[in-house]
Amino acid sequence: MKQMNWKELPHAGTILDAGNAHTYKTGSWRSLKPRWIEENCIQCLFCWIYCPDSSVMVKDEKMTGFDYDHCKGCGVCAMECPGKKGAKAIVMEEEGK
Amino acid sequence: MSTTQEKPMTLKSLSHKKDLLTGGHRMCSGCGAPIVLRQVLLAVENPVVLTNATGCLEVSTCLFPFTAWRVPWMHSAFENSAATASGIETMYRALRKKGKIKKEMNFIAIGGDGGTYDIGFQSLSGAMERGHKMLYICYDNGAYMNTGIQRSSATPFGADTTTCPAGDVVPGKPQRRKDLTRIMAAHNVAYAAQASPHNWKDLITKVKKALAADGPSYMGIIAPCNRGWRCQTNDAIQLSKLAVDACFWPLYEVEGGKWTINYDPKDKKRPIKDWLKPQGRFKHLFAPGNEWMLEKFQQGVDADWESLKKLQEAFGR
Ligand SMILES: Cc1ncc(C[n+]2csc(CCOP(=O)(O)OP(=O)(O)O)c2C)c(N)n1
Ligand code: SF4
Ligand code: SF4
Repeated sequence: MKQMNWKELPHAGTILDAGNAHTYKTGSWRSLKPRWIEENCIQCLFCWIYCPDSSVMVKDEKMTGFDYDHCKGCGVCAMECPGKKGAKAIVMEEEGK
Repeated sequence: MSTTQEKPMTLKSLSHKKDLLTGGHRMCSGCGAPIVLRQVLLAVENPVVLTNATGCLEVSTCLFPFTAWRVPWMHSAFENSAATASGIETMYRALRKKGKIKKEMNFIAIGGDGGTYDIGFQSLSGAMERGHKMLYICYDNGAYMNTGIQRSSATPFGADTTTCPAGDVVPGKPQRRKDLTRIMAAHNVAYAAQASPHNWKDLITKVKKALAADGPSYMGIIAPCNRGWRCQTNDAIQLSKLAVDACFWPLYEVEGGKWTINYDPKDKKRPIKDWLKPQGRFKHLFAPGNEWMLEKFQQGVDADWESLKKLQEAFGR
């Protein structure tokens, strides 16, 4: 991002572009990566409500995958995923494998 | 009030709402606070203005020139989140009176436990006493986490922090935490409650009630911090649930003077050591010779739980 000079800076350090942190990628923090196993998914959306980084994507009331640009790999989603008959629909795997 | 019957709240129905806290914030991986705030914002229907006391959530969601908030949000200092919100709410009422604003709006002040129980306590107490129609939310991770885990008056008994380090002389924090939710109830606020992010339905319902209340409201919400609690990055929800099941963090509400316990684990009540054990900040409590600390912790929790039940008996519906 280009540095602003003092004339360009908004008054009082206001940030006018609400939610622009979305352009900042935190996915590189990850050492573990969640993998979705769709056939075990019961669409409970627990992963979505419990993700600290708004990185579980939901469309038309259905989990559709992860936003790897922002997911930090904490593993909360995998921990809370009930899966189907005890088989998890989210597993954590080493990044870069 | 709408006359049509309200649809039950489900995750599916909530999932249509836009996330008002975006990814790309810099809270630690697995932090409980952004989980709490995402759920809080799902409860909001009106245009909303947030104020945030200095702390992890404030610092890490708003690193200039980025903000993770899709709603108007203001930080001024550590000690005055409630004062800032009360000023904004006052200006709103004035503009409404003049007809310059037509819409119903909500005002939410946020603070960590340091910013709420300690340094922001005076401004919080004042705002509640003056009766501003605003909700104050404390995300309680039980220490000053952003500056490196110093004790606060919310830090539980026995916890190891950098200002009450567990060693030969001091066995962690010597004092019990103070019970801020009851202190806020004693302000005779319109609504006071405790919630936990594992029970999203209870949390979101409470935020809705608090925002609809005709007067000031306060909510304390437990927010695990894996750095300060010395636990794992994936257990924020497990540990918030255990805190509730062990009655360390009971889910209850005080609505117009009526006390209601929203969840009683009854025979499923867990011993406090089940909550303490996964947290490295309590490791020394399990060392030989420190059995008295576990006992003392359990006695404190039991006494608080019993007195809460008595309050419900005496002042319930
Ligand atoms: C008046 C003042 N004193 C000290 C600080 C330094 N400071 C910044 S964040 C922070 C800790 C915040 O702790 P808490 O409110 O518990 O929130 P958390 O970081 O745990 O989320 C402190 C002491 C400050 N910003 N302002
Ligand atoms: S691993 Fe953590 S950050 Fe990534 S999607 Fe799951 S809960 Fe969200
Ligand atoms: S230090 Fe704790 S409270 Fe702060 S961002 Fe990290 S996990 Fe969250």
